[in-house]
Amino acid sequence: MTEKRVDGRKADEMRDVEAKVGIIKRADGSAMFRVGETIAIAAVYGPRELHPRYLQNPETGLLRCNYDMASFSVPERKKPGPNRRSVEISLVTQQALSSVVDLSQFPNAVVDIFIEIIQANAGTRCAGITAAALALAHAGIPMKDMVSAISVGKINGKIYVDLNKDEEDVEDATDIPVAFTGRTKKITLLQLDGNITKKELDEALKLAGESCEKLNKIQEKALRECYKNE
Amino acid sequence: MTTNKLLVKDKEIVIPGQELAQGLEYLPSQGTFREEDKIISTYLGLVSINQRFIKVIPLTGKYVPKVDDMVIGKVTDIGFYGWTLDIGCAYHAVLSLRETSGFIERNDDLTKYYDYGDVVVVGITRVTKQKSVDLTTKGPGLKKLIGGKIIEVTPSKVPRMIGKQGSMITMLKEKTGCNVIIGQNGRAWIKGDSTEKEALVTKTIMKIEKESHINGLTDKIKNMLESKK
Repeated sequence: MTEKRVDGRKADEMRDVEAKVGIIKRADGSAMFRVGETIAIAAVYGPRELHPRYLQNPETGLLRCNYDMASFSVPERKKPGPNRRSVEISLVTQQALSSVVDLSQFPNAVVDIFIEIIQANAGTRCAGITAAALALAHAGIPMKDMVSAISVGKINGKIYVDLNKDEEDVEDATDIPVAFTGRTKKITLLQLDGNITKKELDEALKLAGESCEKLNKIQEKALRECYKNE
Repeated sequence: MTTNKLLVKDKEIVIPGQELAQGLEYLPSQGTFREEDKIISTYLGLVSINQRFIKVIPLTGKYVPKVDDMVIGKVTDIGFYGWTLDIGCAYHAVLSLRETSGFIERNDDLTKYYDYGDVVVVGITRVTKQKSVDLTTKGPGLKKLIGGKIIEVTPSKVPRMIGKQGSMITMLKEKTGCNVIIGQNGRAWIKGDSTEKEALVTKTIMKIEKESHINGLTDKIKNMLESKK
């Protein structure tokens, strides 16, 4: 625990975080979430009519996510547009959030979430999910709970929370993005890239849970601040 | 058996998933649900406690159509059977030929009555489970709007703009001399003799939207309008 990380953080210390709600005027709900140098902005549109029609579900509404990285978000220019990675992240984000939103009031409709990473330094999918949850709440979508996400990882046999790009690129580093619900503390996203033992995973998840609790407080504060008296 | 405990105050801002009360004494109303013995909010909104009932009024969100609401819609499509209107909710609404006031000749050109882009004050007659919305223009105050301007506000704040027994909107009309119609879907139509007056009403409505959670707002707005004269 005493050993310092590349940027001088403790093992269970996140980078500094910032959350802001209501940043996009024309969206129904929007939010920005920054963790260290990673900045995600999310915009929610809807509920609105769903096209193509064959996707419509007369029982319930649909949650549709779109994750995208800006071409200038990474040191080497990223080719714009969807790719294999962004399609996967869009899917896991949608799955991480659809368990808390309740769209049964909106049959045949869709709620669109657009997540744009404007600056990336590892942990983008987690920042995206956290921002998207804020934007959903801001859009007035019925939700049973809030969601926040953080990545934990193993470097040289040690568990650290919120890896940055330098740590993530260490050889044999394991990266585990986790999303927790706020009140019920249930996992809605769990991915793993690398090798890990069961004991280490348990420790990592415990650490992630504690960090998500902190993130949840920040989300709550950001949502309240949006409606403080000017 | 847990004790009954209220965890929030009236008119407090709550977030989705926040616990509002414990115990079976309290009952969940709109915008909340019960999980075991807890009552939990589903919206970002204001708590409203009415004896045993706990309600959360969302601060944001799209309009949800309700029967007997008066809304302001815009014609987006014309078919053989009537008009399709955008009323600012997730679904389009249908104004059928039979529900229009006045006589419409067989095979008549429907654009003569309501053309594309026309703005109409309509009433909602039916909302089915599949959320198909039926409209009518039969009734007092339901008509096509000509001239003026439209602004959009959050639908959940419309009751505040109208006030108790219409106190706010009546005052707004009297003080500015403008004609104002506010639909339940959060669209307000303003028509005055001059653009300055219309701008004043727009500004006032925006102010009401921003400060809707403050007590004694009607008097505050009254003072503001009087000082502007």
